[in-house]
Amino acid sequence: MTIFRTENITKKFGGLVAVSNLNINIEKGQIIGLIGPNGAGKTTAFNMITGVYKPTEGNVFFGDEKITGLKPHKITKVGIARTFQNIRLFNELSVLDNVLIANHMRLKSNVFSSVLRTPDYVKKEKVIKEKSINLLKELGLEDVKEEKSFSLPYGKQRRLEIARALATDPQLLLLDEPAAGMNPQESHELMVFIHDIRDKFDLTILLIEHHMKVIMGVCESIYVLDYGVTIAKGTPNEMQNNSKVIEAYLGVE
Amino acid sequence: MVYGILRLINFAHGEVFMFGAYMAFFAMTSFGMPWYVAFIIAILLTCIFGMLLEKAAYRPLRDAPRISIMISAIAASFLIANLGIVVFGGIPVTFPRPDIFNIRIVIGGVSIISKALFIPVITAVVLMILLYIVNHTKTGTAMRAVSKDYEVARLMGIDVNRIITFTFAIGSSLAAVGGIMWALRFPALIPFMGIMPGLKCFIAAVIGGIGNIKGAVLGGLLLGFGEIMIVAFLPELSGYRDAFAFIFLIVILLFKPAGLLGKNIAEKV
Amino acid sequence: MKRNNLLNIIAIIVFIAILFILNMTLDAYKLRIFNLAGIYVILGLGLNLVNGFTGLFSLGHAGFMAIGAYTGALLTMSPEMKEMTFFLEPITPILANIQVPFPVALIAAGVIAGAFGALIGAPVLRLKDDYLAIATLGFSEIIRIILTNTQNITNGALGIKGIPGYTNIWWVWGIALITVIFMVLLIKSSYGKVFKAIREDEIAAEAMGVNLFKHKMMSFVIGCALAGIGGALLGSLIGAINPLLFRFLFTFNVLLIVVLGGMGSITGTVLSAVVVTVMIEYLRVLDIDMNLGFIRIPGIPGLRMVVFSLILLMVILFYQRGIMGTNEITWEKIFGLKNRISNLITRRKAS
Repeated sequence: MTIFRTENITKKFGGLVAVSNLNINIEKGQIIGLIGPNGAGKTTAFNMITGVYKPTEGNVFFGDEKITGLKPHKITKVGIARTFQNIRLFNELSVLDNVLIANHMRLKSNVFSSVLRTPDYVKKEKVIKEKSINLLKELGLEDVKEEKSFSLPYGKQRRLEIARALATDPQLLLLDEPAAGMNPQESHELMVFIHDIRDKFDLTILLIEHHMKVIMGVCESIYVLDYGVTIAKGTPNEMQNNSKVIEAYLGVE
Repeated sequence: MVYGILRLINFAHGEVFMFGAYMAFFAMTSFGMPWYVAFIIAILLTCIFGMLLEKAAYRPLRDAPRISIMISAIAASFLIANLGIVVFGGIPVTFPRPDIFNIRIVIGGVSIISKALFIPVITAVVLMILLYIVNHTKTGTAMRAVSKDYEVARLMGIDVNRIITFTFAIGSSLAAVGGIMWALRFPALIPFMGIMPGLKCFIAAVIGGIGNIKGAVLGGLLLGFGEIMIVAFLPELSGYRDAFAFIFLIVILLFKPAGLLGKNIAEKV
Repeated sequence: MKRNNLLNIIAIIVFIAILFILNMTLDAYKLRIFNLAGIYVILGLGLNLVNGFTGLFSLGHAGFMAIGAYTGALLTMSPEMKEMTFFLEPITPILANIQVPFPVALIAAGVIAGAFGALIGAPVLRLKDDYLAIATLGFSEIIRIILTNTQNITNGALGIKGIPGYTNIWWVWGIALITVIFMVLLIKSSYGKVFKAIREDEIAAEAMGVNLFKHKMMSFVIGCALAGIGGALLGSLIGAINPLLFRFLFTFNVLLIVVLGGMGSITGTVLSAVVVTVMIEYLRVLDIDMNLGFIRIPGIPGLRMVVFSLILLMVILFYQRGIMGTNEITWEKIFGLKNRISNLITRRKAS
């Protein structure tokens, strides 16, 4: 079952075509990679999917719903969550608060009942707090839940970003370079972790990555972008031997 | 008139402007200097003053959040204006208008007072110099680099602090020129005189596109003409004259946030 | 949790008792300053919600205060008073005969200021940082200019005199207390967390499903409403208002309070509101002549504001977090402090 697809999405900045005619098709439960050299348009593609940019042309579908050009918070609401390439946590807030905020939109409580602490609100608050603590527990962040998020070590910050995205109850998770800055040991753990959360949270995952090892280790299928153009797609093994891909990465001799 | 390399509102710009006018005033009255010497000295002093201001109020906050820098600017603005009251007194003083600016010139039956001629000419000359500095000198290139991205500029070996100080020096000198011209036009000086022009300068710069000199001129002209038009054609609305600038500003910000000649810069995610 | 609730109730009772004692003992002048401090608490909390907690740099507080002050004044004055005040041009008939009780007028002041906040917020809250600051400042000035020019509603530049003085210690500090409680609850709630998230990182907040516009608007409107209520109380306290009163200077004072107390701290704002108000009053001596019997120290007009701007500048340059930073005084901390002190004492004794 196709859970997500893009139809010829294109983004132009002035004369520059950052992404052209990108067609992604993701089945439920898949882990898909999006790779390409720097500046190939991967993050731009993410930004179009999550509503940060509006595609110049083309459409994005989630299930049967057309979500092209919706505001980012609406996209999150339908069930697509993301992490950022350069970690964007709520620095001054505690780890737990970071996750609680992601629950806010599903809280469905108006400002009056929240301020007056009506029984209904208190109950809902308790539920999301438990849920958040459980989530932190599963991701191994429970012991730091009261610490300010900027004080965490780098690896845990990345993990918290993923936890926060998971807290929005997504069906599709977009990870923007989750292995950036990790050593081989850590990226190996990350691979296991990605598989884990996919199974545990019943997710579909689309990730941008540079670490070929991670891509080869987790992705069932990958799309290769170069200068905004999709130059190849297929299984990791096929891509390894694809001349176009090698050319894009290594340049033509 | 205003110049926004730093991409920050220099709230104290109006006060620098006031300082310039007062310096010229004191140079002429207390020290009895001829006007051209007085003006040059005033411009130099204001230039130094601007650099000191930058050192004291802005430099320590270079890497601080934007809000802090703005609060600092507001505090500096209030500080200077009120110091002005303490030092110069709160009573308006009359700016002596040198004779050369009062000559009536008759061209083809139309007589104009020379100051009306001087102001646009001086503006044009100053503008040319400024455009030359920014577009054709090494320092100008560095200034533009700093305004684009000062982190990168720093990596490229540009002494960012020096460039910013230099920018302030130029900006302050221009403010002094502006202050003196203002004083020639409206000779009553008070320490709070800088507030409205200071704000309007900023508005002009935003309307034109911050960091874009031609834009600032365009913004200034539009603003000035707009105000005159309102007073001339809709006299019943003349009470709203000062509101015009703000309304204009808000309309521009809503439809063209980067200003008329500015480039839209999207935040990188 | 239970203990804290109890302590809170005790604290409120003690506070009311203190108000009672102050009301009995303070002379009219000191009482007035104390009330002014309460008004600044309300205003400061409003601005802190917007600037400190939500991270929207608004400089339009004075404008919304003006709206509140005029609303309060026009709704509480008797028709005769209005006729006397509006001698240049009579007041519009609609407003001429309205007179409502003070609490209703206060609520109306909050609602109308909040409504204007919504009206202005809709276009400008899309802007960021300095642009938002200058746009809100601009709107605040526009409001002032409109007030000056609508002779038949606001009496123009002459202002309104003879506003009934309902404001007393109970009104001011009662509302201040409610505001503090409201703010504490709001910040503790899910909405408060979202406001802080917006302050920390808008883009991430939006990616977490936060409707930026809605929440920014909410914060801004509440801030404006508080400014309106504060303005109405102020009008009734000083008895006469005019457009010049609500210049940027007023926003500056409130901003000073917020920054000094710590952007994003409720207790900090309360503390610094009291300190700053008292200072504003007592430093008046700097501006007027002082006669010490044997020597006359001439006052220097403007020096007081120099001192204030210097304080603000120093705080922002060297002590950016203000008195409290983003921290709060909580019961836990007070008890923690007590324990720490007693630990210290026992350790001293041991050694």
